[in-house]
Amino acid sequence: MNSDTVLRAQDVYKSYHKDRIEVPVLRGINFDVTTGLVTALVGRSGSGKSTLMHLLATLDQPDRGEIQFQGKRIDNASRSRRDRYRNHDIGIIFQFYHLLPELSAIENVLAPTMIGRSAWNFFRHRKEAKKRAEAMLDRVGLLHRASHKPAEMSGGEMQRAAIARALMTDPTLLLADEPTGNLDTETGLDILKLLTELNQDDGLTILMITHDDSIAESADCCHRMQDGQLQQGIPELLIA
Amino acid sequence: MHTDVPQSIESKERYMYRWLLCFRYLRTRYIALASIISVTLGVATLIVVNSVMAGFSAEMHERLHGLASDILIECHASGGMPDPEGHLKEIMKVCGEDVVGSSASVHVPAMLGIDFNGQLITRHVNFVGLDPATYDDVSHFGRYLLHPKNQSQVNFDLREDGFAPDREQFPSSGWGYRRARVAYERALAEEQARIDALRAPASSITNEDAGPSLAIGPPQIFEESNKEEITEFDPAVEQFPGIILGISTCSARMRDEENNVRDHYYCRPGDDVRMMFPNASDNAKVVNQKFTVVDMYESGMSEYDSTFAFCRLDQLQEFRGMIDPSSQVRSVTTIQLKLAAGADLNAVRDALRRRFPPNVYAYNIQTWRDMQGPLLAAVKLETTILNILLFLIIAVAGFGILATFFMIVVEKTRDIGTLKALGASGGGVMSIFLSYGLLLGFVGSGAGLIGGLLFVDHINEVATLIEKITGQEVFDPTVYYFTEIPTIIHPFTLVWVMAGAVAIAIFASVLPALRAARMHPVKALRFE
Ligand SMILES: Nc1ncnc2c1ncn2[C@@H]1O[C@H](COP(=O)(O)OP(=O)(O)OP(=O)(O)O)[C@@H](O)[C@H]1O
Ligand SMILES: [Mg+2]
Repeated sequence: MNSDTVLRAQDVYKSYHKDRIEVPVLRGINFDVTTGLVTALVGRSGSGKSTLMHLLATLDQPDRGEIQFQGKRIDNASRSRRDRYRNHDIGIIFQFYHLLPELSAIENVLAPTMIGRSAWNFFRHRKEAKKRAEAMLDRVGLLHRASHKPAEMSGGEMQRAAIARALMTDPTLLLADEPTGNLDTETGLDILKLLTELNQDDGLTILMITHDDSIAESADCCHRMQDGQLQQGIPELLIA
Repeated sequence: MHTDVPQSIESKERYMYRWLLCFRYLRTRYIALASIISVTLGVATLIVVNSVMAGFSAEMHERLHGLASDILIECHASGGMPDPEGHLKEIMKVCGEDVVGSSASVHVPAMLGIDFNGQLITRHVNFVGLDPATYDDVSHFGRYLLHPKNQSQVNFDLREDGFAPDREQFPSSGWGYRRARVAYERALAEEQARIDALRAPASSITNEDAGPSLAIGPPQIFEESNKEEITEFDPAVEQFPGIILGISTCSARMRDEENNVRDHYYCRPGDDVRMMFPNASDNAKVVNQKFTVVDMYESGMSEYDSTFAFCRLDQLQEFRGMIDPSSQVRSVTTIQLKLAAGADLNAVRDALRRRFPPNVYAYNIQTWRDMQGPLLAAVKLETTILNILLFLIIAVAGFGILATFFMIVVEKTRDIGTLKALGASGGGVMSIFLSYGLLLGFVGSGAGLIGGLLFVDHINEVATLIEKITGQEVFDPTVYYFTEIPTIIHPFTLVWVMAGAVAIAIFASVLPALRAARMHPVKALRFE
């Protein structure tokens, strides 16, 4: 196994059951995410991209196969290990941002730290944490909106806040499920530019699900999901 | 740069975000506050009811106890027990260290006769001959009299005036009134005599003619008694033996047309009344004796006020023939004891019962609690039942919280998914909603506590306000003898009411919290 592989799916199967009818979604997925690269995952709607991402984030369990993080199985790890994996090892961003509506931007960014630490620990390091949250907001260009609630922000701003939140715990890997899917083209490009910068400047590993061909083209490597399986290749070829 | 990361999330019982979130939920979910209002009201009602009941029962305890003396030794024999001093010595031997006061008295059933506008009003009363020097040591007596001087020291001699200075409606009483009345009666009698003298030659049927004169003269049945005394007796300057009447034995409380409460007195200090009671011989005869009312007794307990009349012990002993002619030893029917604070009433009672076994002595030895047991027990039962009912109301409120919380959990489904995606554990998510329940319980019962305390503090103002608004009297003074609603707040009651309400709020949030904790993160994230 390649030492550059940070996350690996091995022979993963997943199907949903609805009213005794089995809906197979993933049928033998083999897939690596290489450190330091932007990996794109494309595929038609309903092909199972989000399903795969949920499995990779241990939000769901595969029916068969394994998910490995840094060479160790993560899908059947203990509950607390998986909680910590989600909290600390990876960052997740969603198409619909999923910010907590009751919290301000900066509180949302602080949320992973609050979740990952005890009240006492958080309280002791609250100044550092706040500084880091401000740095993250600054990084995504949203420092001036720090005290705003999600309802007071535009879609692009919310996604920036979500990215800042995902970066808060300094994750090894960023999982993004259609981060631009709900934004207009121009704003989407801004977000994309931000992600590319994060990859190029900070060496952040990114796995990105997308519909947008241009985005997929700019990625370092690209996978296409079809019939529950993945085809790997150079982006241009896959899209053509 | 990595900030230090703790090894395990599981080891952290205290989650920072739960407080942040549940405070935010509290501020943004007003529906939950609405659901907690029922808890608030329940708590407030419980506090008000409990403090009013406690106040009422304390007041009753205080009055009953004040009236009854700690230990009562009654002799059922009509002649009573001879030599109370000898008895007291024996009692001191048994329980001398606990006794701080004692008083001997004579209790006898009697009939009170009041002459009111020519009609005879009769009342059955408990006639008590008491020792003015010691009676106040064993029970509250003086403080319930109307004349301020009698309150500090009972005196069975009629006072000049100054009765019940704080009552506007109280009729003029005392010697002044007595002289005026006698003068009026004499003038009337003279006038009558003059008319009679004019008529005497004209007709011989004087008896029929005297009919209307009954309206002012003493009723016929009294005519034969103590005739020679009456001839010498000048009511304008002399009085009969003094008597203190329970206020309800000689007055009626009712409302006039303007709905004001008014007392109507059939007699007042300065008037003469008649008492009929059995003498102490084995072959009992009725003693028929005139007394002069010197004061009235109002304890607020209608049972006492409507049945008691008091006179001096030595006089009653004399009238009843309770003095042994040869040895001059006096008898009494009752010995009352006052015990030191904190003394065990029942233990003293039992010791006395052993000393005076019921199969030898016809004595009934009771504590004041024994005498008032059923009443006290009834009040206690009432309080308990009210508490249970009100707690059921809070429990019903608990179901309201349950429903509201389920709604909130459903509404927050996506956020629960988000929290789990950010690494929150099931326990952490559960703790958000449990803390939320706890917080709501505190807020609700805290508001109830404050509301209840304020209500209790201003309960009399509230009662007057309600009276003004509805025109209905909340606290009917013809029924209750309290002029104010008595309240007592027991801190212990507050604590358990609060604890109960908070516990119910927490219980109600357990199911929704469990549901939130068990929610599948993916389903929660996909939830629209
Ligand atoms: N809980 C479920 N029960 C049954 N079927 C499900 C469930 N969740 C997802 N599916 C099905 O699984 C398939 C894959 O869904 P998924 O969301 O992974 O697709 P996707 O590739 O992310 O699509 P999109 O690009 O529109 O987001 C879909 O056909 C969907 O209908
Ligand atoms: Mg999807």
